Amino acid sequence: MKRAGFTARWLPILLLMPQLVIIAVFFYWPAAHAVQSSFFLQDPFGFGSTFVGLDNYKDLAGNGEYLSIAWFTVIFTVLVTFLSLSIALLLAVKADNVLRGAKTYRTLLMWVYAVAPPVAGFIGLIMFHQSWGPLTELARSIGWDFKLGVNFNDTATAMVIVSVWKQVPVNFIFFLSGLQSIPKSVREAALIDNRSASGRFWDVTFPLLAPTGFFLLITNITYSLFDTFGVIDTMVKGEPGNNPMTLVYKVYVDGFRGNDLGGSSAQSVVLMVLVLALTVFQFRLVERRIHYT
Amino acid sequence: MQKFKLGASAAAIAMVASAAMAEVEITWWHAMGGALGDTVNQIAEDFNASQDDYKITPVFKGTYEETLTAGIAAFRAGEQPNILQVFDAGAATVIGAKGATVPVQDLLQDNGVEFNIEDYISGVRYFYADSDGKMIGMPFNSSSPIMYYNVDALEKAGVTPPKTWEEFQTVTAPALKEAGYIGLSQSHLPWIFTENFHSRHDLPFATNDNGYEGAEGTKILVNNDAMKAHFTAVKDWKDKGFFEWYGTGWSDNQTPFEEGKVAIWLGSSGSFGGLSKKDLPFEFSATFLPYWESVTKEPKQTFIGGAALFAMAGKSDEENKATAAFFEFLTKPETQYMWHRETGYVPITTAAYEMAKADGHYDRAPAAEVGIKQLSLPAGKHTKGYRMGFYVQIRDVMNREYGRILTGETSVEDAFNNIETEANALLERFAKTQN
Repeated sequence: MKRAGFTARWLPILLLMPQLVIIAVFFYWPAAHAVQSSFFLQDPFGFGSTFVGLDNYKDLAGNGEYLSIAWFTVIFTVLVTFLSLSIALLLAVKADNVLRGAKTYRTLLMWVYAVAPPVAGFIGLIMFHQSWGPLTELARSIGWDFKLGVNFNDTATAMVIVSVWKQVPVNFIFFLSGLQSIPKSVREAALIDNRSASGRFWDVTFPLLAPTGFFLLITNITYSLFDTFGVIDTMVKGEPGNNPMTLVYKVYVDGFRGNDLGGSSAQSVVLMVLVLALTVFQFRLVERRIHYT
Repeated sequence: MQKFKLGASAAAIAMVASAAMAEVEITWWHAMGGALGDTVNQIAEDFNASQDDYKITPVFKGTYEETLTAGIAAFRAGEQPNILQVFDAGAATVIGAKGATVPVQDLLQDNGVEFNIEDYISGVRYFYADSDGKMIGMPFNSSSPIMYYNVDALEKAGVTPPKTWEEFQTVTAPALKEAGYIGLSQSHLPWIFTENFHSRHDLPFATNDNGYEGAEGTKILVNNDAMKAHFTAVKDWKDKGFFEWYGTGWSDNQTPFEEGKVAIWLGSSGSFGGLSKKDLPFEFSATFLPYWESVTKEPKQTFIGGAALFAMAGKSDEENKATAAFFEFLTKPETQYMWHRETGYVPITTAAYEMAKADGHYDRAPAAEVGIKQLSLPAGKHTKGYRMGFYVQIRDVMNREYGRILTGETSVEDAFNNIETEANALLERFAKTQN
């Protein structure tokens, strides 16, 4: 077999250059900069800066508030990821069975995908408005005195609901196309072997959806950790107060509101390490168990 | 004929354009949105129309925090505007960075504009000054927290606006509750119930003369008995239905007052313009912020809130001259009076205040005078202001802990211990950035 190859050494490098330059300028250079700033305490205007070694990290580790924000971030991520994946899967399975008006139904479910996070947050503010929000009134009708922006748990609930609502359509699209790519013959064979619909789902459909599910798991964790920023910023109206926030929002609050560049950089580095660990973990442990066709 | 007219007007436009080329252009980044932004644009237009040498362009940059961050980022990139509006909580950051700004006092004197700090009303004179009393930032939108009240509600309950918090909790609030109102709400716990609580009662807010003597070793003194007693009382009022807290957002606490649910609202004197334009379904008025008689028998003036304008460094002499000319225009009694009348922010010079009085502004709207009167009350040892770094974050810590007190998640004692510890850690960090 003849292998296609480059005759000149410089050509592949040249062809890769644009991509490499983009990665270096937009990813590695800022990341390196963040690592460097995390060892300094800097005057916001850039006049003075003191090398403080690992002090910024020590301050974080010793700060109970930072640790509780980290803990909240974990719970928030697990809830948002789990709920958006499971609701989307349920909807996709059901939509897959719909025969009449299937297209309209699917389009309606995908619509929310086009809503930007801050807009989703704003819609959340309206739905959960303290005095006339329809969802606030619904909660009150069952005896839950829902107070957005006042009560920590109520605000957290609203943030989770809005973030899930915003993410379900994306997952829905992927799950639906995943379901539709399962060969008909496999399904028919399963139908003969097992009459129970839920049995067939768990034994046949679900494992075949695993590659899609794995991909979505990663994107959903990333979404909950990072892309919910817009939702949170809108829902706390830029003033966190006693409301919940995630680690990414904390980076913003300290760096961009508080102008504490050193502390904020240290927090970014912590996040970078977290993402790195998560990626390694996922690919090492989870990917092994999943078989792409 | 038509063509000739067109040609003539084109030539006229070209001439205007070339005249405009000779103008020195300066930019002004500000955080005044909505109706305030319109008034800012009006001031800029008036300045541009008043002379031919300079042209100022105001640019709205978002909230106070966003404006400061944008200004800092621009300064680091060498693209700073000529004038940057910085709010009270950012004062330590911008004044601490010597070399980032040209002190307004120097700027004016170097460009031959007469400057006398005594022309400014006493409450605004030293807030944006350095420890030697030199004015660094030009006070612009100056306000103070005052007490607004629903006249109809108080009449219905048969009470007068409370002078002291003792009166509020024993007389005013129970009567208002009886009449079907929530007694009180407020819009900024760190500003109204912390910073100005200290100045009204003349309590030291931080060591090193409230932080004016430098960042090194400055410690916050917020964890004191008067403050703790106050927040214990506020929580108690909330439990009794005398007070309600609707979250950290400003307008969430103002709206119930506008809707007539809450009878008394503590807000900014700068809110006056907005409230008057809203055509509320009841008559409202305003008076001084109450105080605790148990803490002081002689309540003092409050701090100015709002923001000041800073002349950014690194600009040509020509542009600085234009900035000085604009500041001169801005401090004119006519400009100040117009700003005061339209927005409710206090006039910063005595001359402008006299002009407003002479014009009968306060006969028409007595509540408009409350802010400036309160700022002109006797000064105390600790009332000129405060200067603390990373103060935006310190306010965030306060908001968080106060919110937890009011939702019953923490005790007053624990909350103040937390605020003290975290604020002092931030102050210590800030001091390290100032080398």
